[in-house]
Amino acid sequence: MKIENYQAEWFDEQQQFSLAELADLSGMPEAELRQLVDYAALAPVDSDAAEARFGAKSLITARMAQRLRNDFDLDTSGLALALSLLERVRELEARLQTLGAQSPKIHR
Amino acid sequence: MKYKDYYQTLGVERNASAADIKKAYRKLAHKYHPDVSKEPDAKDKFQEIGEAYETLKNAEKRAAYDQLGSGYQPGQDFRPPPGWETQFAHDGGSGQQSFDDIDLADLFAGLVGRGARAGKFPVPGQDFEVTAQITLEQAARGTELDINLNVPDYDETGVPRRVPRTFEARIAKGASDGQRLRLPGKGGKGRNGGRDGDLWLNITLAPHPLFRPDGHDLYVDLTLAPWEAVLGALVEVPTLDGAVRLKVPAGTRAGQKLRLAGRGLPKPRGGEGDLYAVVQIVVPTHPSEHEKELYRKLAEGTTFDPRSHFKETVK
Repeated sequence: MKIENYQAEWFDEQQQFSLAELADLSGMPEAELRQLVDYAALAPVDSDAAEARFGAKSLITARMAQRLRNDFDLDTSGLALALSLLERVRELEARLQTLGAQSPKIHR
Repeated sequence: MKYKDYYQTLGVERNASAADIKKAYRKLAHKYHPDVSKEPDAKDKFQEIGEAYETLKNAEKRAAYDQLGSGYQPGQDFRPPPGWETQFAHDGGSGQQSFDDIDLADLFAGLVGRGARAGKFPVPGQDFEVTAQITLEQAARGTELDINLNVPDYDETGVPRRVPRTFEARIAKGASDGQRLRLPGKGGKGRNGGRDGDLWLNITLAPHPLFRPDGHDLYVDLTLAPWEAVLGALVEVPTLDGAVRLKVPAGTRAGQKLRLAGRGLPKPRGGEGDLYAVVQIVVPTHPSEHEKELYRKLAEGTTFDPRSHFKETVK
């Protein structure tokens, strides 16, 4: 069997994307991504810039948005709400992970 | 070809209405969608549910599925009844279709794919997403992962099929739990000039018997005897690179974190996280008579009040 060898690279957190690139890579239509920006579910790196650029985490969010939209038939408003709630869950889980790591186990 | 009971997967009767099928799918999707579910087998389960719904929600595909028959057990080898190809299959019933190495999902994906292929507009390749669990040691030193995927593909005539692909991905040191790797263009092949999909690797860290990770920092419990905490001690603390000696200052309290700078996990862009030794005071659970006597003497001779804060706050 043919084995393909790859040098995997960390998803570059510094990488930035235009709205068109975000749409291409996530499968979300540009118009809906713009609406998600209006709902603050997606945030450009610099909101005052002439052309909006998005950080790497926005690609993760846009891909998730595409899956949720397709699998749950969500409109953009519902999608934005789901994304913001999932982001809160993610933050709480990260907090839980930190507290769990810091809490000593019972040792006898 | 293996039979799959799509009705059973969605938990509906074979004569269920389209509305009931949609309702059953939504209920199951809420429970198993990998983006919202914490069920351990959510990804596989949702794939089955999605595949079943993808076929049953479409009247044409559902009719074709129903025509396959219903007397099979899930997983049972079967062939579509004679004439099925002529009516439904994607090669237009040329009789050349082999059902041996085809997945039922691909067969039905092909039914609506006919129009798309005829249109010749660019179709981007599918993104593949794989979750790989590695150990803390592998994260610290880098590792190689063998990843086996059975990926959807198309033959030269556009007929869908499954193709095994084996990747060997070299992971540089610097992983943390939940970190992602993206291999652009290493996913499914695009068609009609569409771009190739990406391969995403999601890394999770296997639980370690000693170290608990938080990002690139690590935490380890440092158990001390009461006298070590009171008098101070020089103790050995394990790290990922072997044990180091740590000076515990006199008067160390339970819950205090002693930081060993740069002894955590390495970071992808250089530098390391820290290792924190979390102090716990442990006592002998079966003290000897001699030890008990020593503790009694200590109790008689001390003025220490461990609950003085009760008196200060509760009048």
